[in-house]
Amino acid sequence: MDLFEYQAKELFAEYGVPVPKDKVASTAAEARDITTAFAAEGSPQVVVKAQVKTGGRGKAGGVKLADGPSEAYEKAERILGMDIKGHTVHKVLIAEATDIKSEYYLSFLLDRANRTFMSICSVEGGVEIEEVAHSNPDAIARVPVSPLTGVNHAKALEIVRAGRIPEEAAEQAAVLAERLWAMFTDEDATLAEVNPMVLTPDGRVLALDGKVTLDDNAGYRQDHQRFADASATDPIEARAKEKHLNYVKLDGQVGIIGNGAGLVMSTLDVVAYAGEQFGGIRPANFLDIGGGASAEVMANGLEIVLSDPSVTSVFVNVFGGITACDAVANGIVSALDMLAQRGEHVDRPIVVRLDGNKASEGRAILREASLAVVEQVDTMDGAARRAAELAAAKGA
Amino acid sequence: MAIFLTAESRVLIQGITGSEGRKHGARMLAAGTVVVGGTNPRKAGQTIELNGASLPVFGTVADTMAATGADVSVVFVPENGTKGAVIEAIDAEIPLCIVITEGIPVHDTAEFWAYATQKGNKTRIVGPNCPGIASPGKSNAGIIPADITTQGRIGLVSKSGTLTYQMMYELRDIGFSTAVGIGGDPVIGTTHIDCLRAFQDDPETSAIVMIGEIGGDAEERAAAFIEQNVTKPVVGYVAGFTAPEGKTMGHAGAIISGSSGTAQAKKEALEKAGVRVGKTPSETAALIRDIIRSA
Repeated sequence: MDLFEYQAKELFAEYGVPVPKDKVASTAAEARDITTAFAAEGSPQVVVKAQVKTGGRGKAGGVKLADGPSEAYEKAERILGMDIKGHTVHKVLIAEATDIKSEYYLSFLLDRANRTFMSICSVEGGVEIEEVAHSNPDAIARVPVSPLTGVNHAKALEIVRAGRIPEEAAEQAAVLAERLWAMFTDEDATLAEVNPMVLTPDGRVLALDGKVTLDDNAGYRQDHQRFADASATDPIEARAKEKHLNYVKLDGQVGIIGNGAGLVMSTLDVVAYAGEQFGGIRPANFLDIGGGASAEVMANGLEIVLSDPSVTSVFVNVFGGITACDAVANGIVSALDMLAQRGEHVDRPIVVRLDGNKASEGRAILREASLAVVEQVDTMDGAARRAAELAAAKGA
Repeated sequence: MAIFLTAESRVLIQGITGSEGRKHGARMLAAGTVVVGGTNPRKAGQTIELNGASLPVFGTVADTMAATGADVSVVFVPENGTKGAVIEAIDAEIPLCIVITEGIPVHDTAEFWAYATQKGNKTRIVGPNCPGIASPGKSNAGIIPADITTQGRIGLVSKSGTLTYQMMYELRDIGFSTAVGIGGDPVIGTTHIDCLRAFQDDPETSAIVMIGEIGGDAEERAAAFIEQNVTKPVVGYVAGFTAPEGKTMGHAGAIISGSSGTAQAKKEALEKAGVRVGKTPSETAALIRDIIRSA
C-alpha cells in the first residue's frame, strides 16, 4: 500500500524523523483555520500541498506557497478537486514554509534483484531520483543494508558519506537515517523515501517530503488499515475485498474469473489478444478465486464481476490441479442458483473453460444443467476468442 | 536424474500436523514421494497417520534428519511462524527447503535469505509462496498435482502455480524431467537462473520452458544468463501484458513499478537472447512441442 505524503510524515514523526510542522485539510476553510493557528505560533507562511499518490505535483500546480490564512484558503480552494494525472485531490497538507539551504535525497527500499535492502543517498535532492540517476549517476550512492545487521549510527554515517552529504549536515542526516530505518523495519515498509531531505539556513536537517510503501503481506501483524483510503478505492474493489476476493478493476468489457494469480494474469492477456480481432475488446477485471473454487466463492465472484456495468460477457477460466473440475462445475451451477435466489438476474453470457483434473466430468455437469447463459469452450485460447466475440456483439 | 528432487530424496514436512501439512503430506505419499516424518514442537514423540502410513513427529528439523535421514523439507507452517521454521531448517543444514506458505512479509523472507547466505548457502531454499517441485515418476515435494503429467525430457521453471499445472498438462504426452515452482513473491530463494543452470547440466533434460510474470527484473537477468550459458533450447512465456501500473496482481511480487517490471520488457529481453516466447500458454506449449519433435 502506498501512503499519502501526510500519512508518511505522520509515521516519520512517530519515529522521531524531523518534519516541518504540518496538518492535513479536506476543505479550504480547514486550510485557513490551520494557517491561522500556525500564524499564531509564529509561522504565517505555509505551503499548500495536494495529497495524491503520484509524482509531479509541483509541475501540475498542486503545490503553492501561501502568505497567511486568506491566501491559504484561496490556494486550497484551487487545489482541492484538481485532477493530477488521473488522481483527484481530496486533501491538502498545510505545512509551515521552510527556508532551504540545500536539498538532498535519502531512502531505504527493498532491493529485489539482490534479495536484500538498500539505501539510496544523494547530495542532489528535490528532483525525481531517476532523473539524477540519468543526469548525474555519480552523485547517487547505493549502499546495501543487511536485514541481519540493519542500520546503526556507524552504518548511517557510511550511507550519508557515500551520498556525499556535506559535513555540516552529515551528523543530523545520519540520525535521521537511523530513525527512518527503524520506521522502515518496524512498520514492514518496502519503501521509505525522504525527498528532499533539506538543510535549513539555521542548520537543521528536515524531511520536507516523504513517500512510504507498506507491505500488504504484513497486514496480519500491522495496523495498516488505518491508512486505507476509501475515496481512492474503486467501489467494486472495496466490495470484493469485503468478500475476501482478490479483484482488480480494469477498463475492458470481458469479466474474468480464474484460479491462480498467474493463470488469471495470462487469461487477461489472452482475452486482450483475442479482442484485437473484435474492435479492441479488453478484460474488465482481474479476479483470482484461488484453489478452492467453492459454489459460494464462485457466486460471490460472479456477483462482483457482473456488478461492473461495462461487463458484456464473462469468461470463467479454471484449470483443475488439485481442485477438481466437477466441483467447479457444481459450483457454477449452484452459484447461478444462488444469484437467482438473491434476485440477481444474470443475462450476460458466461463462457466457461474447464481443463485438467476431472475436466470431462465437469463439462458433463454443465452440459446436463443446460444453463441458458453458459457456453463451454474446451481450450483457453478458443474460450477467450468466444468471450471477446460475445462481448463485442453485446456491446454493439 | 532430474534436478533438486530425485527418487532418492527423503522428505520431511515442517508443520505436518496442520491441515495443509496433513492434506499435502498424504498426496505426496500417494504420488510415491518418500515422506519420512515431520515436525511440530508441541507434538514431538507422537505419530501421525497419512495415506495409510504411520509417520513420526519430531520436535525439530535436526531431530528428524538424525532419525530418518531426511534431506528435503517442505514448509507448511503458517506465515507468522515461517521465518522461524526456515531458520531452523538452515541451522540444521538440510540441503533443500521448499517453502509453500503464502503471505509472508518480505522483511521475514529477506531476513531468512540473508541468514542462509551468512551460513554459506548450505540449504537451497525454494519459494516462498510456491507450489514446490515435481520430478514426475520420481518424487513430488509440495502441492503440484502428481497426476497431470508424465516423466519426460522437458525442464520447467515458473513463478506461477496454475500456469505450471497448465503447461505440465498441455505437454503431458511429452513429459517433464522436473518442474520447479519458484514462487511469485518479490524475494525468493531459488531463481530462474538457478534452475536454468541446473537444467543445462541435467542429462535427462533436453529442452526448457521458462514462465515469468510482471514485476522485478528476474526474467531480464535470466535472459542474459541464457545468452551466455544455456545451449539447450529454451521457450518462454510471460504473463501480465494487460496489467496496469502500480497494482498488485494476486502475487505479492507481480507489480509494475513506474516503467520497470513490464511484460513487454521481459519478452523483448528473452527474445533478444534467442528465446522463443509464446503469446498464450498453448502457443508456448506448441513451440516446445516443435522443438522436441524436430530434435
